[in-house]
Amino acid sequence: MQKLMSFAPDYFYYILKGGMKFYAWMGFLAILSAIALYGFYLQNTEGLIVTGLTSQIHDGLYFANLVFLVGVAAGAVTIVFPAYVHHHKAMHEVTVLGEMLAISAVIMVTLFVLAHMGRPDRLWHMIPFIGIYNLPGSMLGWDVLVLTGYLLLNFVCGFYFLYVKYSGGTINRKFFMPLIYVSIVWALSIHTVTAFLISTMPARPMWFHSVMPIRFIVTAFAAGPCLIILIFQIIRKNTKLWIQDEAINLLSLIITWCLGIALFLTLSEVVVELYARTEHADGLYYLMFGLHGLTRLVPWFWGSLIAMIIAFAMFLTPGIRTNYKLLPIACVLAFGGIWVEKGMALVVPGFIPTPIGEVTEYYPTMIEVMMTIGLWAMGFFILTILLKGAIGILLGEVRFGGAAKSIDSASSGKTAAYESR
Amino acid sequence: MAPKKTPLADPVKEQPSECPAQAASAEPLAPGKTTTSRRDFLKAGGMLSLSSLMGAGALMAQSDEARAAIEWAEHFQGNYRLMTPKEKAEARARLEKRYSAEYGKKVTVDGTEAQPNVLMGYALNVRKCIGCRRCVKACVAENNQSRGKEAGQNIEWIQVLKMERGEFSKEKMNQGYPEGLGIQVGGNAYSPAGTVLEGQYFYEPAAVPEKDATYMPIACMQCEKPPCVKVCPVRTTYREPDGVVVIDYNWCIGCRMCMGACPYWARRFNLTTPVLPKEEMNPVTHYLGNRPRMRGVVEKCHWCLQRTRQGRYPACVEVCPVGARKFGNLLDPESEVSLILARKNVFRLKADLNTFPKFFYFYD
Repeated sequence: MQKLMSFAPDYFYYILKGGMKFYAWMGFLAILSAIALYGFYLQNTEGLIVTGLTSQIHDGLYFANLVFLVGVAAGAVTIVFPAYVHHHKAMHEVTVLGEMLAISAVIMVTLFVLAHMGRPDRLWHMIPFIGIYNLPGSMLGWDVLVLTGYLLLNFVCGFYFLYVKYSGGTINRKFFMPLIYVSIVWALSIHTVTAFLISTMPARPMWFHSVMPIRFIVTAFAAGPCLIILIFQIIRKNTKLWIQDEAINLLSLIITWCLGIALFLTLSEVVVELYARTEHADGLYYLMFGLHGLTRLVPWFWGSLIAMIIAFAMFLTPGIRTNYKLLPIACVLAFGGIWVEKGMALVVPGFIPTPIGEVTEYYPTMIEVMMTIGLWAMGFFILTILLKGAIGILLGEVRFGGAAKSIDSASSGKTAAYESR
Repeated sequence: MAPKKTPLADPVKEQPSECPAQAASAEPLAPGKTTTSRRDFLKAGGMLSLSSLMGAGALMAQSDEARAAIEWAEHFQGNYRLMTPKEKAEARARLEKRYSAEYGKKVTVDGTEAQPNVLMGYALNVRKCIGCRRCVKACVAENNQSRGKEAGQNIEWIQVLKMERGEFSKEKMNQGYPEGLGIQVGGNAYSPAGTVLEGQYFYEPAAVPEKDATYMPIACMQCEKPPCVKVCPVRTTYREPDGVVVIDYNWCIGCRMCMGACPYWARRFNLTTPVLPKEEMNPVTHYLGNRPRMRGVVEKCHWCLQRTRQGRYPACVEVCPVGARKFGNLLDPESEVSLILARKNVFRLKADLNTFPKFFYFYD
């Protein structure tokens, strides 16, 4: 009990102290978050009219980011799975970082849900017993269920591991391993259900096909690890934690093949839809070439496709894949490409044309863009905190009984840094 | 079988039956009564933490204390479908008070339940429609839709799609596709000829019907298997026993899943607080019908519940100058709609989606 009582203060104390770089980064994120809060205030006083949404295109940037971030959350399983199922040693050392990423991504999804909703003040209507929870009918109900479950699983697994590491005990595998296995399957479920959310609507032919779930999962397992590799490289540069090359190499291998399958599925869809070119293909046609002279998304589609193809070629080349100077470029290309493809380029054309054939376009407003940036900033704020705490524990800088010592070492470390400057 | 027969029960019979009807409709809810009281109990406890949060917002926004108190109570009311008759009456009384103060006139909020042995149905004669769009205007006036100047403040539930008649001419014989490859596909057939559901719905010609145009009015189809009801995460939209799909505007969380699921584009979102001038506001309202809506919720056609449950026609049926619109009880074999279904050529829109609309199209 005493250990548990001292865990929280030690953990937070470690997070709070940091260098100028750390505070500048957090301050920067805080400013962006504050702008998002102002946008949220506007949305809930003026209404969603401050966004570019209309009755024709009523899901936009927020919904797109929501869908994408569910993928990032699910992508964390690319660390957990090799670590616990294939006993990959390098991955095993850093599994908890993946869990921290999953926690932050699910929190970001929640933030985007709040931004998307017309009446976030009525969210309690979804709470069982005091509200109504439409199961099994509503796919959105299922999505909330699996996302909440995934958040809890990762929270329990991640912090149990950190706590054991902190207190110097051993992991109770009878309790821990089943949770890990459940969380692996659960990761697939969150993205499958998110795909079902939009692919179960015959009213929107562009989404109404069964390739959607697997396409979601492969793009998630490409985009998620891209972000993880970038984060790993930042960690290697800025902290004492050394993530082994094998971990990064395995992740790039996973990205390679998931990205390849994703491209294959995109091209399959293009062939199937455009060969027959029924009216049901209008959405895709709008995306690729424009419809009735409206072409706003065309450069985005081709841009993302080219980015993904270049990234795939780079990942496919062993010389580039293992070159840690070029690897981040490939990761950014793939991540950005998938963000466009699975976000705006998937959500918006679903509404073009509308079910009665009306072709309109979507123009996100400044407030919407600032909100989106701000909500990402909030997510990175949380991610930084979680990763910093986890790294501290992994390094052994935060451990039970080591608090006094760590303060000494921290202060001495600080003076050392000061002197060196 | 007078053509102007009252669509539902006749008014004389309906008036006295109003109270028993309400009591009767409360009976199916009785088994759930224990649930309701538990809900209340949990709400009282669980809502305390939320109340501090939302209360502050509600109070800050309102200058008038009484209005704030009403909105405060509105925040915590349950789903209308699951309320006891007493709670329903209280909810309506609260709204009447608020609306009357807001619009400066006596506003009534009706709560008449679905009548037994009634299944509402609608039939539209596509041959007769002249595209005057009077139904659209009448609907907006009757149902208190938002009518502002800005884009996003205009809400119309009916669209009268104007579709061009195709012109097949000798000159167009060779305008096929793909061109220049030596293979000719189509030609004249690529001309528009009433392409289903690809039309304009904002047009103001000097006279209607326009030459070379046909019209296809659409609105909520009141499906028997409504995709919107299935996707709603909080069951705020549901099918009433008389067949109308309604929305409890006070329970809607604004997630817009229903709008995505609707294959007829029947649903509209209140992007901002609806613009409804005091003098234009229709004070005769129904809780599940045309009462003024709030920011951030979804709305749609409900076949003028405030009228049809009192034995009157919907506003669009009443205003149609050519009698293209017919409304009545599908369970009454002698009703106009039933006779149309029995005798005319009838079709439903997008029947392949198995939504089973109760809005039928027919032609003579």
